Amino acid sequence: MSKLHITVNDKPYDLDIPESRTLAQVLRYDLGLTGTKIGCEEAECGLCTVLVNNTPVDSCIYPAFKAQGAAITTIEGLARGEELHPLQRAFVEHGAVQCGFCTPGMIITAKALLDSIPNPSDHEIKVALKDTLCRCTGYTSIIHAVHSAASELRGEGAIPWQPRETITPLNAVGRPVPPQEVVDKVTGRARFADDYVFPGMLIGRTLRAAHPHARITRLDTSKAKALPGVRAVLTHEDVPGKNIHGLVFADWPVLCADKVRYMGDAVAIVAADDADTAARALELIEVDYEPLTVVGDPEFAHSPAAPLVHEGWETGNLLKHIKVRSGDIEQGFAEADVIIEREYRTPTIEHAFMEPECAIGVPAGYDAEHPKLTIYVGSQIPYDDRRQTAIALGLPEDQIRVRGTLIGGGFGGKEDIAGQIHVAMLAQALGRPVKMLYTRQESLLFHPKRHATIIRIRTGAKRDGTLTAVQATLYGDAGAYASLSDKVMTRATTHATGPYVVPHAKIDCYAMYTNNPPSGAFRGFGVTQSAFAVEQNMDLLAEALGMDPLELRRKNAQRVGATTATGQLLRESVGLLQTIDHIERDMRGGDPAFRWSWREGDKAYAWGIACAYKNTGLGGGAPDRAAAEVEVFADSSAEVRTSSADMGQGLSVVLVQVTAEELGMPVERVRVLLSDTDLTPDGGPTTASRQTYVSGNAARHAAITMREALAAVAAERLSVAPEQIRFEGGTLRADGSVVAIGEVVGWMREQGQEAKVRYVYDAPKTQPLGTGGDMHFAFSYATQAALVEVDLGTGAVKVLKIIAANDVGRAINPKTLEGQVEGGIVMGLGNCLTEEYIVEDGVPWSTLFARYRIPSIKHTPEIVSHFVEEQVSTGPFGAKGVGEITSINTTPAIANAIYNATGVRVYRIPVDQDALLRALKAGATEVHATWHDVK
Amino acid sequence: MSLWTHYHTPATVDEALTLLAGYQGRARVIAGGTDLLLDIRHGHTPRPDALVDITRISGIATLRQDGDVMALGAGVTHAQIVAEPVLSARATCLVESCGVVGGPQVRNVGTIGGNVAHALPAGDGTTSLVALDAEADVVLDGVRQWLPLRALFVGPGQSRLDQTRDLLVGFRFRLCGPREGSAFKRIMRPQGVALPILGCAAWVRLDESGARYDDLRICIGPVSKVPSRAEAVEETLRGTTVGAEAVERAVSVARETLRPRTSKFRATAEYRQEMVEVLLRRVLPLAAERARTGEAIPEGVGME
Repeated sequence: MSKLHITVNDKPYDLDIPESRTLAQVLRYDLGLTGTKIGCEEAECGLCTVLVNNTPVDSCIYPAFKAQGAAITTIEGLARGEELHPLQRAFVEHGAVQCGFCTPGMIITAKALLDSIPNPSDHEIKVALKDTLCRCTGYTSIIHAVHSAASELRGEGAIPWQPRETITPLNAVGRPVPPQEVVDKVTGRARFADDYVFPGMLIGRTLRAAHPHARITRLDTSKAKALPGVRAVLTHEDVPGKNIHGLVFADWPVLCADKVRYMGDAVAIVAADDADTAARALELIEVDYEPLTVVGDPEFAHSPAAPLVHEGWETGNLLKHIKVRSGDIEQGFAEADVIIEREYRTPTIEHAFMEPECAIGVPAGYDAEHPKLTIYVGSQIPYDDRRQTAIALGLPEDQIRVRGTLIGGGFGGKEDIAGQIHVAMLAQALGRPVKMLYTRQESLLFHPKRHATIIRIRTGAKRDGTLTAVQATLYGDAGAYASLSDKVMTRATTHATGPYVVPHAKIDCYAMYTNNPPSGAFRGFGVTQSAFAVEQNMDLLAEALGMDPLELRRKNAQRVGATTATGQLLRESVGLLQTIDHIERDMRGGDPAFRWSWREGDKAYAWGIACAYKNTGLGGGAPDRAAAEVEVFADSSAEVRTSSADMGQGLSVVLVQVTAEELGMPVERVRVLLSDTDLTPDGGPTTASRQTYVSGNAARHAAITMREALAAVAAERLSVAPEQIRFEGGTLRADGSVVAIGEVVGWMREQGQEAKVRYVYDAPKTQPLGTGGDMHFAFSYATQAALVEVDLGTGAVKVLKIIAANDVGRAINPKTLEGQVEGGIVMGLGNCLTEEYIVEDGVPWSTLFARYRIPSIKHTPEIVSHFVEEQVSTGPFGAKGVGEITSINTTPAIANAIYNATGVRVYRIPVDQDALLRALKAGATEVHATWHDVK
Repeated sequence: MSLWTHYHTPATVDEALTLLAGYQGRARVIAGGTDLLLDIRHGHTPRPDALVDITRISGIATLRQDGDVMALGAGVTHAQIVAEPVLSARATCLVESCGVVGGPQVRNVGTIGGNVAHALPAGDGTTSLVALDAEADVVLDGVRQWLPLRALFVGPGQSRLDQTRDLLVGFRFRLCGPREGSAFKRIMRPQGVALPILGCAAWVRLDESGARYDDLRICIGPVSKVPSRAEAVEETLRGTTVGAEAVERAVSVARETLRPRTSKFRATAEYRQEMVEVLLRRVLPLAAERARTGEAIPEGVGME
């Protein structure tokens, strides 16, 4: 222990702390200033940025004693009391905050910029923020926010947010209402799981497998248990209930007993007094393995030579064979004048949500607030966490409470169990709270990812461009455990026709168990992969037919009255043609001189386009249910509750707007409470772009029922007919009377009635694949155009501009919707150009954030976006899903643009400049290699 | 797991050396730590008992111009170099190379001494210092001495400095004078580790007429195990007329004499060979132009 003298946010400190501390640790754990986040501990993500003597540094690798005598500024030091700093205000105003986990680092980094450059250019903003990563926003709103704050700080006034064109807004719906948690997110007050601390809390860690596929022959924890400071070391023998979990199939051991199936498998868990002791304990656990042949890819998995990943699975390594059959495929190709057949490959993709997984278990009876076993976690499916934990702990579900914290990004990656069961086990075993925070490196190793796929696709068309048939075979790498593979690969299969009318289709998908990290849900849910193949085949067809790519798509576009390949008649809300119109107008603009491609010096430029569609909701016959509760209080405020999750996508404000609209209340008077299995009803999983629709509907119907009850009571008191009562501005008005809504609540209570309504919403019934009819209750549609620049000297690809049009049914909140569009596009750009999670024979190479690049602000293209609002009659105010559609067609649009620029088509992503350049030099027209092959 | 136990901030070179000696190999020198701490975390460097932070040694974090000679303390950060107008004008390649290291947070902390001590065959700052023919002020085996920078490197990631007892104190080099100019560019890929596929720094002096190359120094990396000069390319250009023809001659000599290798998940040898040529075509004319006009505005700082 030594003395550290520092000033933090103008307050001097004299700390007696170990010399081994980093600055981030001092701020977060010694001073409790948890606004500073830790995202990677590799100096890659910039989330931990603080100012040391006004200079931004990564505090996660900054030794605390390096700062001896220095003045530190953290996010907590920006606001003056309740008065936000102009940057904080601007981030709120411009929708530059989604999950909020990067926000403190982003604002602090931007502050240093504005301190030195009062009027920065876009370029200067990008230089300053280049190493401060955000996975949600796509950065465009951040650039706007920094300009706005700069302007305000110069005394020229803030720059207001610019609305997009939408249909006429209602009182609350259709307006850019800020989410209630946004102010906490810009001030650093927002609490994510690792920001919670309980007295006596221990630190948990997990011992992961040493091989991708091996039998465990011996497991000895005695040395670890003997280490002072170690409180528990648990193995499979200590799982109180069933040693298995899983979202769809229970195939995933809580702690491995006989064998390990991937490098992220958990073999033992420890709880210790501090992180160092826990880490040392892991090193002392002895495990002997008998390595088995590794099933490293889905094609090998399907071969007779491959050993079984799960010995008990009926169909061997074949997790699921998914089929789409429509019409007569032979006839379809017989009718075709042109047939294009190609093979595409997409890699494993990592969510890279900015907040690594963290869970805290608090034992039953720990204090008055925790009478039952409680798990704090940022989860996309709190009730399923509770279900799976109950099974593993052998407890009834009602003896467990899952309390959702804020979620620092999810994108599908926080649906599966991470540390939830483990912390519950340790907490129950020890009677003390236990926190398990995964390092970024552990997060990379452990959690399910986007499926790598191999897609062979054959598309046939008549001479006039009419599609006749699509035949496709997809292989999906499901990895070691089922997770949501069944569902994800079904979506890849059913969407493999693209958003087009295809009379004859035969599509087969094989989801294969392997010894790679499991694959699961990831924004786009399989459609991201099939769109890469479908949309490039469409461009190949257009070229073979001598047709314009937009025209070919327009000709075949799904429209009202069309039937999908799964046999679904589209009766309404099919806005694909309108999205094509927007792209046509913005890209070509009637300019007779429009060129798809051109060259300037050693640079080639071109446009490329792609369309997409994506279902809203679970579909396929799965009951799609969400419950919500609305309560109105005597102070004329209301609260809407559901367990559905807001991971930054903006559900919370959607629920507020829908509720406020139906109750005629100001949005500021409506609160939202999410993700608590004791206090909020089950909203189901936050997945499949479903929550605005299902929880939105549940909240809406709860609010309507509430309104009717209020009206009935008020009508009696005021002696008017209930239908004469109008709900406006938080009041009930009728016949000259104006009564505050809270007063009516009082009347209800006097009559012994609760002003609280719970509504369980069941979405329209859907049909399982293969049975025809409505497989989904709504689809969203999109078209994008990408303008790229290819450096003909280096092969480097840069995306300069994206034009996007998305049919979302109804823009409930145009500002958060804009964020979904911009963020989705940049995530799609990463999928195409920067990202690949590399696994070599079951052993991940991408185990560091430094080895997995997500787009930074320097990749952000100019984005022009349009909303198409083809309302779906069953959606809340006509809305359908938006979370995924925004991201799906960016990759094929860029790939098509690269072909148009260079004459070389990329059949694999991420696009490899090395291979692209070599193809250019060799006069080749195809690239099938990627940087993964550079060895 | 904490990465070190004790942390020292000596005020003089002697104090630093005494501390290091006292730990008998269990202490390591740290400057910015942006590379070192990650190496320790990932197990590439053994976990030290103590870190000896040299950045508070008097004078080690300062730039000092003495006529045409620039002296940089080893603790000078990349950000300090980028912000120094004299370097922008008269050691442009160094600003261009230090300006593309990491992001602002890393440049604010990471030092030029750390970059050199890391001894990567394509360390950005190192590549430019080699082209500027810098010398290093070091304490080796207890003896303080000036060495040509190139003499420090032994192999990839290895220098003659023993980080548990030796010290890199600073650098000096001659600033560009009349008819002299320099430039640096590098090729990156957007995937994977942020190490350059190839970097190239060139320093050029033109003759009195301004039409011929009087002298050149070209450093391209990684093409060998240590940062090295493309001497055959330099030789072929000396005394020849500046222009596209000369550049193409340089390219053809480079093709014959430089044999870059394939590095896993970074670049194929074939691609690197192409990039040697692309960089020579982009860097040589830029350096010559700067020498001719005497004006230089660094390019690509903060973004490449």
